[in-house]
Amino acid sequence: MALRALANVKTLGRLRHQQIRGLQTFTLPDLSYDYGALEPAISGEIMQLHHQKHHQTYITNYNKALEQLDDAIAKGDASTAVKLQSAIKFNGGGHVNHSIFWKNLAPTREGGGEPPHGSLGWAIDQHFGSMEKLVAKMNAEGAAVQGSGWVWLAVDKELKRLVVETTANQDPLVTKGASLVPLVGIDVWEHAYYLQYKNVRPDYLKNIWKVINWKYASEVYEKECP
Amino acid sequence: MALRTLATRKTLGALSTFPQQLRGLQTFTLPDLAYDYGALEPAISGDIMQLHHQKHHQTYITNYNKALEQLDDAIAKGDASTAVKLQSAIKFNGGGHVNHSIFWKNLAPTKEGGGDPPHGSLGWAIDQSYGSVEKLIAKMNAEGAAVQGSGWVWLAVDKELKRLVVETTANQDPLVTKGPSLVPLIGIDVWEHAYYLQYKNVRPDYLKNIWKVINWKYASEIYEKECP
Repeated sequence: MALRALANVKTLGRLRHQQIRGLQTFTLPDLSYDYGALEPAISGEIMQLHHQKHHQTYITNYNKALEQLDDAIAKGDASTAVKLQSAIKFNGGGHVNHSIFWKNLAPTREGGGEPPHGSLGWAIDQHFGSMEKLVAKMNAEGAAVQGSGWVWLAVDKELKRLVVETTANQDPLVTKGASLVPLVGIDVWEHAYYLQYKNVRPDYLKNIWKVINWKYASEVYEKECP
Repeated sequence: MALRTLATRKTLGALSTFPQQLRGLQTFTLPDLAYDYGALEPAISGDIMQLHHQKHHQTYITNYNKALEQLDDAIAKGDASTAVKLQSAIKFNGGGHVNHSIFWKNLAPTKEGGGDPPHGSLGWAIDQSYGSVEKLIAKMNAEGAAVQGSGWVWLAVDKELKRLVVETTANQDPLVTKGPSLVPLIGIDVWEHAYYLQYKNVRPDYLKNIWKVINWKYASEIYEKECP
């Protein structure tokens, strides 16, 4: 059961995750690069809106839904608790997905776009034939997402196998399989590319690989498949 | 069963291009707008209208035609597996074509009546069901803003119950997927492509402004046909 400590916000002010009556809320994580640092693959304008507006809104609404859920649980109000699941999944998923996405990207001069070496590179060749074939598959599936969603490279931590998967809206990858661990996620919502690429999602997908941070993907992979 | 006549495109060339018949299969072409791309400004920018019409709607039509030809082929061969697999492409692209065709008729420049509230029986029905046009708009805007991901918000009439309904659909699902007796009166596209270049992430501002160019005359005509 959640800890019901009476602590005011000032006391906890220095913590990044605020605790109010045992409820953890969230704040917008910083990017480790400037908004313009991923150009020309992704424009600075898109990066700023995507981070400061879209991701922030998911966090704000997730926190609100969590407080309402906490309240409903405390009162034993099952009907409200169940009704809130849609807001929890959508906004919580949006927060989870975008937090991964920022780490999936890096400026070219910090390694963005450099193909993976080590065990992940080997696994990609084994499973897909080559990096180029993996990229082609992810781009085809990403372009084919009907509506809003994401395309993922994941590792199934039970089967120790690489998987390409898509999710709708802000559904997190686990909704497609409890043992799927995201390595690379690409946002294919129109807000992720429209200002720069307009309706041409395939061009966005072609170019984003120039700033994909394979170092992070390799770290996650090596943790699941040591 | 579809008519299987052998007619070449040249023979049929004299027929107007909408819709074309090829081995009994009707395909589709992009309908023209009744107004210029810039005529809905400042509510919706000319940039958006042009991309939305010439790129997004055209792509749904192109892909719908392709899926229809593949479906026609699968049906001719008795290939049920392929026929079923194609339903997703049919629903998405066919729905996209149906929805956008309605949408262009739902819009009109202000100098051609866009934004003028409905009079006659539709206006009365709105007041009866919602209290006022303002309350209806507030409800539609709230539901449109709350669509998670891509979709549409609709004002519809249930032709069985003779009742107005506000409904939302996901992606390009046509309104009938929410009820076979629902007839769309007004649909508002809340996909990001419908507003992002102008309103960025602020979908509520787009929804607030689009009512200035909503063509209530068309909605009234449809309503009066279903509820005479």
